[in-house]
Amino acid sequence: MSGTKKETGFSFTIDGVEVTAYAGQTIMEAADEAGVYIPRLCDHQGLRHQGSCRVCTVKAGGRSVAACTQPAAPGQAVENETKHLNKMRRDLVEMLFHEGNHLCPICEASGNCELQAMAYRLDMTETTRFPYLEPCRALDASHPDIALDTNRCISCGRCIRASQDVDGKGIFGYVGRGIHRRVAVNGENLADTDAEVSDHAISREVCPVGCIIRKRVGFVTPIGEREFDNGLIGHEIEEKRK
Amino acid sequence: MSELPKARIATASLAGCFGCHMAILDIDERLIELMKLVDVDRSPLTDKKRFTQRCDIGIIEGGCCNEENVHVLHDFRRNCDVLIALGQCAIMGGLPAMRNAIMHSDAPLRECLDEAYITGRYIRNTTHNVPNDPALPLLLDEVYPCSQVVEIDYQIPGCAPGGDIIFDTLSRLLTGKFQGFEREMIRFD
Repeated sequence: MSGTKKETGFSFTIDGVEVTAYAGQTIMEAADEAGVYIPRLCDHQGLRHQGSCRVCTVKAGGRSVAACTQPAAPGQAVENETKHLNKMRRDLVEMLFHEGNHLCPICEASGNCELQAMAYRLDMTETTRFPYLEPCRALDASHPDIALDTNRCISCGRCIRASQDVDGKGIFGYVGRGIHRRVAVNGENLADTDAEVSDHAISREVCPVGCIIRKRVGFVTPIGEREFDNGLIGHEIEEKRK
Repeated sequence: MSELPKARIATASLAGCFGCHMAILDIDERLIELMKLVDVDRSPLTDKKRFTQRCDIGIIEGGCCNEENVHVLHDFRRNCDVLIALGQCAIMGGLPAMRNAIMHSDAPLRECLDEAYITGRYIRNTTHNVPNDPALPLLLDEVYPCSQVVEIDYQIPGCAPGGDIIFDTLSRLLTGKFQGFEREMIRFD
């Protein structure tokens, strides 16, 4: 949408930095182009915006909005990297850690995991105030090339959108409501679906955590040399500004 | 620095793998620098089993999986001004805590012990019993992070934490300059 209307650009500010946006762009899209990183988990480049994780919450005109779905408006003053917002984001990320079974030391995704990287970025090192829910969740290793460890799922729905919109398959979907809402596969187990390891939904960058596992490639890149071992999440966006 | 009174440090390993104590040794030559600032009281490093006097800093590796762990942790809280949880097991239970959720059932501990000593496919246990010597500490129903048992002042994340983050945190705590971790140093693995 933004590509066709380049001429109607307008400006607004994020933490006092002037950012140019085009009609139809969300706050996050404009921020990404301008090199301002807004933390996010459920949003992913190339997928339709969902606005469900709320980690990208910013203050626009004094109101809390999801930057990935809120359209940018001319002259708007957006707050992003404030103490208050980062604390709220840290609480959200911490609750995600407590809601599932996230054991970084044994997880194959450690170092590539966006949830973990977000915890690093948001300084999640204080003693926790929340109880660990330690839910009982299933492991689905039925498929010959793919395994699902739902202990690590954060219900971001990126695999759902990738499978529906990019692969045209609809392998994944939400089931249940409230805290019981989970991502499930369209069948008894993954082997009953037409999932293939070459699907976009199965690719490493779509699942932000270690829930969707491609078999026989684990630990190809050793711990310590992975994506977020060499830089905070979002640094590649922030570098555009330098 | 020599005119400053030395701080006293104590360490203990609860439900951990001793990897975090090994990581303390990863400080390497800086240990000599650190030893100018501290005396080590009760610790596996000195083999002292009891506190000889009150300590400034207590360092705990591992969470609580049995009653002895809880006693030791309470003893540390009583005898240390500042208590540090070192590593993921002390912070959130770590690998031992897998039994809380993965062995989930109405009797998770029973299921865990059965699997480990009786029904597991690769077990060679001629007695077909779960070890029950009275000298063994009783297992808790679940594995608890240290912060759920006593108040913890600081947490050093990592599995195991690197020598750098341990040295950096300890030396800054000892000189009263600790104000949180550098983001680039935080690791959960």
